[in-house]
Amino acid sequence: MSQLVDRPRRTSAQKDPSPGATTRPPRLSRQTLARWRRDRLLLLLAAPGLVVVLLFHYVPLLGNVVAFKEYLPFLTIAESPWVGWENFRVIFSGDPLFVNALTNTLIITLIQVLFVFPLPLALALLLNEVISERLKRTVQSILYLPHFLSWVIVVALFQQILGNAGMVNTFLRGHDLPTFSIIGVPELFEVLISSQVIWKDTGWGTIIFLAAISRVDTSLYEAAAMDGAGAARRLWHVTLPAIRSVFVLLLILRLGDALTVGFEQIILQQGAVGVTASEVLDTYVYNHGIVGGNWGQAAAVGLTKGVISVLLVLGANKLAHRFGERGVYHK
Amino acid sequence: MGRPHPVITALRGLILAIGCAAVILPFLAVVSTSLATQEEVTANGGFVLLVRDPTFASYQAILSGGVVTRALVISILVTAVGTLLSLACTVALAYSLSRPGSLGSHPILLAVLFTMLFSPGMIPMYLVVKQLGLLDNLLALILPVLINAFNVIVMREFFLDIPGELLESARVDGANDLTILARIVLPLSRAVIAVVGLFYAVGYWNAFFNGLLYISSPEKWPLQLVLRTYVVNETPMGVDEISAGSESLPPQLSIQMAVLVLSIIPILLVYPFLQKHFTKGLMIGAVKG
Repeated sequence: MSQLVDRPRRTSAQKDPSPGATTRPPRLSRQTLARWRRDRLLLLLAAPGLVVVLLFHYVPLLGNVVAFKEYLPFLTIAESPWVGWENFRVIFSGDPLFVNALTNTLIITLIQVLFVFPLPLALALLLNEVISERLKRTVQSILYLPHFLSWVIVVALFQQILGNAGMVNTFLRGHDLPTFSIIGVPELFEVLISSQVIWKDTGWGTIIFLAAISRVDTSLYEAAAMDGAGAARRLWHVTLPAIRSVFVLLLILRLGDALTVGFEQIILQQGAVGVTASEVLDTYVYNHGIVGGNWGQAAAVGLTKGVISVLLVLGANKLAHRFGERGVYHK
Repeated sequence: MGRPHPVITALRGLILAIGCAAVILPFLAVVSTSLATQEEVTANGGFVLLVRDPTFASYQAILSGGVVTRALVISILVTAVGTLLSLACTVALAYSLSRPGSLGSHPILLAVLFTMLFSPGMIPMYLVVKQLGLLDNLLALILPVLINAFNVIVMREFFLDIPGELLESARVDGANDLTILARIVLPLSRAVIAVVGLFYAVGYWNAFFNGLLYISSPEKWPLQLVLRTYVVNETPMGVDEISAGSESLPPQLSIQMAVLVLSIIPILLVYPFLQKHFTKGLMIGAVKG
């Protein structure tokens, strides 16, 4: 990120040749005034967007004080009484409902990091082997499409195709074959939502890997082949090192999201499998706060989750630096 | 370079073919079923993969006034207004941040970037929307998501690539920033504006959770919420929900699939254009951000 903000900036103070101690304050303010006159249109242009960012990002950030209050809907946040760390008790005393949500979240994250996260890389390697450009582009167009569908549509599609009365089971029943059920089965909930993520985003996830692969110097492959490296060794020694930093970067971002697992996706399917199997941290915040009215507790869980997520990103990034990778940002 | 074993090549082809089929077949089934008659649905025991006798009865039923029609109008309205507002604010903010050394641009840029690292949380967000009096107001579907930091960055990077001499010479000729933005920058940035606009539009169209959170009256629901109620939760649609007066309703399954198709069509319409450009946009974000 620092790259973005470290572009050369012309500050008038730097150009100031030799500021005398007595003349400096008025000169500076005159220059600021000149810059103001020069840039006020720019500031005016930035204003609406900035107001939105402040109002819907920074004000809610401050609104997290509600985690330390007993929020009463008929009072404002400011008027509600302080309760200190009381709301965080639900976390630290190990409330079973909270522990269940946390456990489910971590299990889903673990499953998805292990089995879902590497798939785009595998698919990208597969696509990269397709020789015909036209065929490749067609396959890509088809596989990217599900990314743009909403979760409501994806969940509806899965239900209609794989549900007990869905297309596949109807077909199986019609041919006297054994049917299967995955929709609405609490034990298989993790499998179901992971396969939905695979269906929706594997194709889309290949883009970034394909771009990294396309930047590899082809003479490297030729040299490797000349030295007798087969397809497997070229993959191992040329292609994979070239995409390693992209892979690490995405892994860091995924780890930063370790406590965030498909909120819309899960809330849509919670009715079918019950809360015990499907409650994750975000749905816990929703169900306890917005629905249940335990505003303070829900906010405390949400705030803790947000803080830990930031720490996870920073920590993972630091780890990446230690291994000599660029990471998300660098100093 | 040695060619891989034909079995391996065949296996690769097979995997890709299965992947493509997994995307295409559901679409085909949904579209076909939405066009099927009651007889055909019954004959197939449910879904129809290839419709023999297509009828638009389901579409007629849901589009002649009623829950779906209203939700469709709301979704189109929110998407259109939201996209326009988002684009206007994003272009203005990105342009302002792309002028080197302008007053305050450094802290503003940091403020925008920081929003990508930390999300304020659902409860405070809800309370802010509530205190602004936006609950159950369609503006709550637009204002909280009006500015997307990633889109601002992509657009700013694009503006930064416009040769500075071009803008300086206009300035020497007496043009102010508004004129430069309107006469020089915007005409040069049609592609990036189109892409960012489409991403905003897809976002507004697909948004489900903000509706669930902020909109309590069913008559103000956008299409995704209607989809959830009648297709995911399979609440049956009776004469009250669809057009009043039609004597025999089309099969429930066909109606559900027709709603699903209606919600997918806009995405399919913009998809070819999106696909042409998103790789570029994504790469700017990936390399620079």
